Amino acid sequence: MALTKADMAERLFQELGINKREAKEFVEMFFEEVRAALERGGQVKLSGFGNFNIRDKKQRPGRNPKTGEEIPITARRVVTFHPGQKLKARVEAYAGSSDKEQL
Amino acid sequence: MTKSELIDLLAQRQKHLTYKDVEFAVKTMIEHMAKTLASGERIEIRGFGSFSLHYRPPRLGRNPKTGESVPLAGKYVPHFKPGKELRERVNNSTAELTQDDEQEQESIVTSESAVSN
Repeated sequence: MALTKADMAERLFQELGINKREAKEFVEMFFEEVRAALERGGQVKLSGFGNFNIRDKKQRPGRNPKTGEEIPITARRVVTFHPGQKLKARVEAYAGSSDKEQL
Repeated sequence: MTKSELIDLLAQRQKHLTYKDVEFAVKTMIEHMAKTLASGERIEIRGFGSFSLHYRPPRLGRNPKTGESVPLAGKYVPHFKPGKELRERVNNSTAELTQDDEQEQESIVTSESAVSN
């Protein structure tokens, strides 16, 4: 089961003692502020987690995989995420079911 | 925007919460997300995106100082896939690039002229 906004709101309700509606609203607002900052074209740095950056991509040649037809992939602005050292180290230590299970 | 700037912003919007509460809430959320990934689980936030782990198979690395080969074990790395709303809002944004952006001037000009075509 993946972590969702509802799970995060539940955690805030338990640990912060704010009511469920407020907790839900807070989680929503957290992600909205990050989206808005990225929409403004800025970088978002969450220490202990990672950085979100904006990249402007030039137009490049592409292909319709179904028809094989060549169509240009238009220039676009995209979000990239770079995990921080701390998160990378914590994830790397994850032994999981070693090789089998695709996550 | 840094974590502390995000805390400031949220504190301004959530007048019924103290600054300390907002700070604690933001840190709790970030820790919850990090812990989830560290336990091998995914994160799915509709309209924002999903975080998952990608496997990197074992490989032979090299010690850059000595040139010696060193075997590196397979590992997992965090991966983010932006959701539809985030993708569309960022792509449709006409905001000027900020000055601390590291892109070369050339690519900025190219993509802007392509957009206006």
